[in-house]
Amino acid sequence: MCSRTNLVGALAFIAAAAAAPALPAWLVSLATIAFANGLVVLGLVVLWRAGLVPFGQALFYAIGAYAVALLSRYAGWEDVFLLVAIGAAAAGIVAFLVGFLLARYRDIFFAMLSLAMSMILYGVLVKTQTLGSTDGFHVEAASFLGYAPHGQALNLMLFWLVLAVSAIAALLISLYFRTVAGALAVPVRDNEIRLEFLGISVNRLIHLKLVIAGVLAGLGGALAALAVAHVDPNMAYWTTSGGFVFVTILAGAGSVAAAFVGSFVFELVRSIAVDLVPGLWQLILGSVLLLTILFLPEGLGSVFHRLRRSPEKAS
Amino acid sequence: MLTAFAILTDGLVYAAYLFVVAIGLTLIFGVMKILNVAHGSFYAFGAFGAASAVGIYFEKGWPVAGGFLIMVLVAMGIGLVLGLIIERGLLRLVCGRDEVIVVLVTFAASLILEDMILLIWGTQSYPLYQPLAAAGNFEVGSLVLSGYDMGLIALAVALAIAAHWALKYTRYGRLLTVVIFDHETAAAFGINVTVVFTVTFIIGAMLGALGGAVMAPKISVTLGIGVEVIVHAFAVVATGGMGSIEGALVGALIVGLCRAAAVHLVPQLELFVIYAVMALVLAFRPHGLFTQVPPRKI
Amino acid sequence: MTILSVRDLEKTFGSIVAVRDITLDVPAEQTVGIIGANGAGKTTFINMITGHLKPSKGTIRLEDRDITGWPSRAITRLGISRSFQMAQIFPSLTVFENMCAAAAASGLDGALMRVLAPLRSPATIEQANTALERFRIAPYRGALASTLPQGVRKLLDIAMAVVGSPRILLLDEPTSGISVEEKFGVMDVVMSALKSRRLTVLFVEHDMEVVARFADRVLAFYDGTVIADGAPALALADPRVQTLISGTKTDGQGHA
Repeated sequence: MCSRTNLVGALAFIAAAAAAPALPAWLVSLATIAFANGLVVLGLVVLWRAGLVPFGQALFYAIGAYAVALLSRYAGWEDVFLLVAIGAAAAGIVAFLVGFLLARYRDIFFAMLSLAMSMILYGVLVKTQTLGSTDGFHVEAASFLGYAPHGQALNLMLFWLVLAVSAIAALLISLYFRTVAGALAVPVRDNEIRLEFLGISVNRLIHLKLVIAGVLAGLGGALAALAVAHVDPNMAYWTTSGGFVFVTILAGAGSVAAAFVGSFVFELVRSIAVDLVPGLWQLILGSVLLLTILFLPEGLGSVFHRLRRSPEKAS
Repeated sequence: MLTAFAILTDGLVYAAYLFVVAIGLTLIFGVMKILNVAHGSFYAFGAFGAASAVGIYFEKGWPVAGGFLIMVLVAMGIGLVLGLIIERGLLRLVCGRDEVIVVLVTFAASLILEDMILLIWGTQSYPLYQPLAAAGNFEVGSLVLSGYDMGLIALAVALAIAAHWALKYTRYGRLLTVVIFDHETAAAFGINVTVVFTVTFIIGAMLGALGGAVMAPKISVTLGIGVEVIVHAFAVVATGGMGSIEGALVGALIVGLCRAAAVHLVPQLELFVIYAVMALVLAFRPHGLFTQVPPRKI
Repeated sequence: MTILSVRDLEKTFGSIVAVRDITLDVPAEQTVGIIGANGAGKTTFINMITGHLKPSKGTIRLEDRDITGWPSRAITRLGISRSFQMAQIFPSLTVFENMCAAAAASGLDGALMRVLAPLRSPATIEQANTALERFRIAPYRGALASTLPQGVRKLLDIAMAVVGSPRILLLDEPTSGISVEEKFGVMDVVMSALKSRRLTVLFVEHDMEVVARFADRVLAFYDGTVIADGAPALALADPRVQTLISGTKTDGQGHA
């Protein structure tokens, strides 16, 4: 069963990669951002399964993005793989440190403390001139192990990079859900006290999940910085975090694929809304979110489940 | 010495603003256990509504005192309408679901309301200077204090006293205290919890709109003001304890004074001092300054 | 050999003294019945032994080790397990998944690699199935835990506490909420499931007949302290116990 899902997923990724050169440039760019953001959402899914929804993932997203931007501008580093790895690692380290405090909280306080941390970073970014202040700054074009493409070729290479990273992340996280740490997420949500009495430190488990989510968000931010070629403090603002949570609810916590599909749908809807009715895209987005919450409480992922009629519970 | 006094007055004014904005939010959370993201939209609607209505009023040259009254009335009217629509129309539909879902519903509502403001008032900004000018200035030593600012502080104090008195000494206030403690217990006592929810939400919405209305003369009333306010209000409420009005007061004071100190002494910290205070308080008192300990579960 | 010893144990909540002056030794593999009215301190006593509460005074020792004030997960790792007055299970999961979670959780020792091992390993599945059989709840394996009848919930709760092979088991009112006819049945299942495992068992119970039938020793709690401690026949016949806790059979006219 599970390997069939992996196979379908792998095929989907390969198909997307193969089709890219034939698709219009705007769609490829949109998909690139969508998948980069999908990584952040994947991290949120990991936490949501345990009953936690942080409202400040933008903290790690921005760290990943700014790490890439700063290194490429001030250190002159250009290699994409190196930059993205450092961005993700930086976010992971911060997640590890912040986790010591954050893992002690639950529910709305967890959400609020997470929000506070991201807003602190936002404040720092806005007030610091060397970090570009409110304008942010441009990310120099990147190179792939020596090969430095431009224009359409760069777009494609970035898309394939994001696709590859997403595929690997998706696989690793699916495997993670089958481990003890991943599978105990639902028990954490259901009855923490019981787990403590079974000998598990729930705080440490949550700390682990925070680090995973942080690394994923940092990856997403690093890739987004390359894709958009620009970073600014807005990447740490609470509305950015809100957007990620929005997509997580849209996608549902049931499957890994839903994180990426949900993110893609979100970017598409937002793009179309901004195009068609530039003044009212928030109205449209808000309405879509409301309708999803009211009629698809398990998110889009539940639609997949019903279609597949899988007897296996997602656990 | 002068700086200290300046910090004090600035801090109190900022604290007054924070308190007026936070009290509605903490009331709604305390009674309904809902974190209302749309509170920022109530604030924005109040500000725009006041800017429009009061602007027109003053242009007509009618008596000054009436202008202030109109401000309050407009805010209450807006709060009533919006509060009713959101609570009855929207929150009723997700009653009983996971609290994160309810927060997201209010987030969605705030997005929709944000664009409604755009539709109604457009992208330009609406300055509202007349109330400021009408209130005049007065001097204390070498400092010039704005009469309007002093009025703001007076309003916050009046609200705090009124809230305290209402909760402790009126029948409705005591009903509210029971509902805050536990919904089911209150219902078992025959309290119509549904009506209490609606009334509370409307009061909270009115207070939010009032916050916007009274702040309108001090800020540039333009798109996006609701967004920043909501995070400030959250931080104050979380610091003080969700659902506690004394908490909102103390939280507002602490944050207001800290921010004023930052502005005068270490300007780089200004933007995030409010969150740093919140994080610091939560690190030592995980549920805020004034909250009750949850009862034993096993 | 004494497996659990308690000295001068006390717990106060503000001005309320919930438990005071508890001193006792429990030999290995003894079955102890704890009786007493509500509020007498029985659950507080259990909460202190299992680490859910920190004692205000006194010590608790597991064999030679001082475990006073240790957190519950450390105490569980040492081999002291408990079940709850209100069964603490995972409502979103099926009975089988509950058991797997418990089996996997008990097998960990905090190492990172262990926590990243697959949950449904053959060993874990085997452990879960065995426990389900032992407690006779295997027919319910596919049912969602939130839909279980009370008796099965309690059995699941106890089974989850036992799957990790503890040395001491504390059962907090294992038959509460179960009908009078079924109480003995449930206790029979529990006791036979525990028999071969050489466990020391302490159980809180309100039904004197259940206590008389299954306990080797009875501890009677009243007003925060132990007022009788001995074999069931003796303890239950103690006049203080009869006055304060168990009551006596009357002849219909109020005469004992």
